Amino acid sequence: MEHIRTPKILHSQISTIEKQATTATGCPLLIRCKNFQIIQLIIPQERDCHDVYISLIRLARPVKYEELYCFSFNPMLDKEEREQGWVLIDLSEEYTRMGLPNHYWQLSDVNRDYRVCDSYPTELYVPKSATAHIIVGSSKFRSRRRFPVLSYYYKDNHASICRSSQPLSGFSARCLEDEQMLQAIRKANPGSDFVYVVDTRPKLNAMANRAAGKGYENEDNYSNIKFQFIGIENIHVMRNSLQKMLEVCELKSPSMSDFLWGLENSGWLRHIKAIMDAGIFIAKAVSEEGASVLVHCSDGWDRTAQVCSVASLLLDPHYRTLKGFMVLIEKDWISFGHKFNHRYGNLDGDPKEISPVIDQFIECVWQLMEQFPCAFEFNERFLIHIQHHIYSCQFGNFLCNSQKERRELKIQERTYSLWAHLWKNRADYLNPLFRADHSQTQGTLHLPTTPCNFMYKFWSGMYNRFEKGMQPRQSVTDYLMAVKEETQQLEEELEALEERLEKIQKVQLNCTKVKSKQSEPSKHSGFSTSDNSIANTPQDYSGNMKSFPSRSPSQGDEDSALILTQDNLKSSDPDLSANSDQESGVEDLSCRSPSGGEHAPSEDSGKDRDSDEAVFLTA
Amino acid sequence: MEFAELIKTPRVDNVVLHRPFYPAVEGTLCLTGHHLILSSRQDNTEELWLLHSNIDAIDKRFVGSLGTIIIKCKDFRIIQLDIPGMEECLNIASSIEALSTLDSITLMYPFFYRPMFEVIEDGWHSFLPEQEFELYSSATSEWRLSYVNKEFAVCPSYPPIVTVPKSIDDEALRKVATFRHGGRFPVLSYYHKRNGMVIMRSGQPLTGTNGRRCKEDEKLINATLRAGKRGYIIDTRSLNVAQQTRAKGGGFEQEAHYPQWRRIHKSIERYHILQESLIKLVEACNDQTHNMDRWLSKLEASNWLTHIKEILTTACLAAQCIDREGASILIHGTEGTDSTLQVTSLAQIILEPRSRTIRGFEALIEREWLQAGHPFQQRCAQSAYCNTKQKWEAPVFLLFLDCVWQILRQFPCSFEFNENFLIMLFEHAYASQFGTFLGNNESERCKLKLQQKTMSLWSWVNQPSELSKFTNPLFEANNLVIWPSVAPQSLPLWEGIFLRWNRSSKYLDEAYEEMVNIIEYNKELQAKVNILRRQLAELETEDGMQESP
Repeated sequence: MEHIRTPKILHSQISTIEKQATTATGCPLLIRCKNFQIIQLIIPQERDCHDVYISLIRLARPVKYEELYCFSFNPMLDKEEREQGWVLIDLSEEYTRMGLPNHYWQLSDVNRDYRVCDSYPTELYVPKSATAHIIVGSSKFRSRRRFPVLSYYYKDNHASICRSSQPLSGFSARCLEDEQMLQAIRKANPGSDFVYVVDTRPKLNAMANRAAGKGYENEDNYSNIKFQFIGIENIHVMRNSLQKMLEVCELKSPSMSDFLWGLENSGWLRHIKAIMDAGIFIAKAVSEEGASVLVHCSDGWDRTAQVCSVASLLLDPHYRTLKGFMVLIEKDWISFGHKFNHRYGNLDGDPKEISPVIDQFIECVWQLMEQFPCAFEFNERFLIHIQHHIYSCQFGNFLCNSQKERRELKIQERTYSLWAHLWKNRADYLNPLFRADHSQTQGTLHLPTTPCNFMYKFWSGMYNRFEKGMQPRQSVTDYLMAVKEETQQLEEELEALEERLEKIQKVQLNCTKVKSKQSEPSKHSGFSTSDNSIANTPQDYSGNMKSFPSRSPSQGDEDSALILTQDNLKSSDPDLSANSDQESGVEDLSCRSPSGGEHAPSEDSGKDRDSDEAVFLTA
Repeated sequence: MEFAELIKTPRVDNVVLHRPFYPAVEGTLCLTGHHLILSSRQDNTEELWLLHSNIDAIDKRFVGSLGTIIIKCKDFRIIQLDIPGMEECLNIASSIEALSTLDSITLMYPFFYRPMFEVIEDGWHSFLPEQEFELYSSATSEWRLSYVNKEFAVCPSYPPIVTVPKSIDDEALRKVATFRHGGRFPVLSYYHKRNGMVIMRSGQPLTGTNGRRCKEDEKLINATLRAGKRGYIIDTRSLNVAQQTRAKGGGFEQEAHYPQWRRIHKSIERYHILQESLIKLVEACNDQTHNMDRWLSKLEASNWLTHIKEILTTACLAAQCIDREGASILIHGTEGTDSTLQVTSLAQIILEPRSRTIRGFEALIEREWLQAGHPFQQRCAQSAYCNTKQKWEAPVFLLFLDCVWQILRQFPCSFEFNENFLIMLFEHAYASQFGTFLGNNESERCKLKLQQKTMSLWSWVNQPSELSKFTNPLFEANNLVIWPSVAPQSLPLWEGIFLRWNRSSKYLDEAYEEMVNIIEYNKELQAKVNILRRQLAELETEDGMQESP
């Protein structure tokens, strides 16, 4: 039995609701959530169950943005605080940090009022030599008019990562302005005489697009480009892959083979590797070859966002900090029109549009954190909470499909920003191993030239995160954070003691008597690293025995194998099992727990005052 | 026999050494009786110093007159030597082959090794059975030490001293020994102080097809039960396998004769199945060509993690019987020297905080593996690269270490030792300068006079300078039972051992260092603050004294 806090699920987290066959105890409702939580409700009366089912189905599929939680969520901040929250992450500041505008790149106002492309932001950086004429011409030759713009500029060598959608090349069409646009991107990088064009799709998919008048760049038409397919599958493949992997996670006491076979069969880690490979390729092209790269897929808002942000993360240590990571998501995902509403199903829509695109990016970051444990300022919890809020709709950041829609909805005036919330609680999200002057935090992250498959691992901290029993019972991160916190206090105390000592010595010299207060000796007796909500009890270790015949020994059959179940374990010796709380396996007696460690900060934190809004689902 | 006879070419110049993640090194290759040494010519420092006994297999190939020897080590490392000259290469290869497969134990390096360190504590006497017995004799008087096996006559694979129920005399033990496989009568493995329950281990009962019974055996194990209590017999074989052994004279305890005991069958694999599993796993880890899916399917096909899960599950079940059910248990498989020991020792890791300390873990290995007669010599003769089908090799001990690592990963603050300690034990079990893991049991070790002629691994490990490398900076004594998760999601591959030579560990090592720094700095400050506090307190009392008169 796991002790969990009263389950509280946001409607927006509900992915599927399943009514299961009625049993003696009642009607079970199985609710699967987008943050990988699974909850079963047993409702005694079938009619009530049906009512709940119908209401939940309706509530989980809002049709208007105004129904979403963020429009009623109120963290008791005043207007000014809310506005401050929204300016915490400022993209124009970010472009300045990159060193823009400069001799080669300028801010273009061509998309003012979203005139050229309605899924792009208004503020866009383009090569100086790209005139409005070229841009507009190029935009007409690109899917959804998503013409090539700057995503990341690498100060050190002027190389850049640009992004767009696929060209409408069909089998033979060409567009002079689009060719000029790529030429301009190349010229903006005097260090290199070519540009990589990376099509992140599998070649077959790209070719199929040609029949629909879309496709990919013909190397003969564009001078000085090197064209490259990467082979990341489309959103439908990814959706099915996640589905299959989650089925594996859901298996009741699977064998090792069931698990590994299912994991392989889902293809999930292969897809993660494909995204990583693309990011690594681009980071290498930029940092080692000094070449600029234009990245696109079909529409340039899914795979392109994944790949550009992975590459930027590898290249620039700033994105590996707490704030930098927020900036990265703000830039490559939110501002460039990643369709959050469609992909994560915030409003009722086409289920075929739903796909775990940003989930995959978040996992890529985790995979990197596993390999470079000192390189990131934030910890795993940070990633998990961001993932949670992409689906929660508690904050306005991830609403809608584009900047244009968000402005029309006046999101910033009506909702709160997640970034401010995370920033306020940043102590919970810090990686204790991060040190700004550590070699791992400098420059580009170098992965092995032939990335090995075994580098990519199953992330149980994400996909099985609600099964606390499966996670390590002691958190090294929390332990180290508590040590660091104590270290800081010790530093302060040391300073104070030195001061006082000096004073007393001086005073003694003056033969004056001073009454000093006895300092409270600070107790140093261990850090709680346990999540106290987990009672560490033995699992059903005999579960595998169900295949053996179960016969009672009283029947006198001497070959009968015994089945030792949890039930008879519990009943046989009440005295011992009564003590189970003391047996939590991890000491919970220690005097100081890491900040928030008593209960690991919940992703729902901040919505304590709104119980009327959140549904209480009590299992 | 002289080693010189085996060394056809003692020295070759201009040999190039290739290792993963290191640049190639050119130098002089030297063969000695026990080592293969490569010194680079520049500064005469050794680039490679490899025990012949660590060599599992070698391959040679030629391109023109340049020969290449690929050396596959028992610790899974693969290195390549380019040797100019066909004859030299052939000579070196055949010498290595001969030297790495010496038949006589007394020719092994531990008999020649002269330690360069001062022995502070002789490891041969660090964990005496009498001392171990004292640890729980204060809590119970139901057990006694028996010297019935003094001459190794009753059970050749048992140590001279064993712990048995007080009420059972040596005569009965002799009778029971004839009823148990290899003479391995039930002995005490672990006493759970909290509730007085015990783990016993033995060989299988020799019931045979006609259901033989032994009153003394029944009396012995019943003697461990409190009035009205039931116990559990955990047979590490499936019911099927256990039944099959009856045809060969083996068997299992029949309920009619052991009415106070419930039998549980688990299925832990043995011998060649484990060995093949290891071979497949290491092959998968070394194969860099496959795509993601093939890696997972090869990992799955090796079944290694399945074995890990099975062993851990059985150990958890045993611990559960003891701690939660409040029932004593008897564990055995067939011989009682392999899966039995995996289960008894892992159950102690779960139940007993002491076995999670460095000394406690050493004592555990001494008790539950060395003295309990795990045949190290046979099991560790070959490792993952052996191509000859041998009968006795099996990575039983490595599986145990892997299981310990799995628990350590789930409870990173509850162990006094770190991963390096486990890796070190793995290495020394397969190739070592110390005598600790030589021989198959105490009887053989006695005959080899290891205590007089070789150095104990513990003498070296327990020096403060070595211990610091193996100490877990996160350790905080945890006096509770720790229940690991055995879900597949919780049992990853032990990268530190299986991918050790296939990936760079630079960033992970840096992270470990950072962790140590954080904790060291904290301790340093703590010490400083304590000193100042004391000073301040002294000054203040002086003040007070001046004031009072």
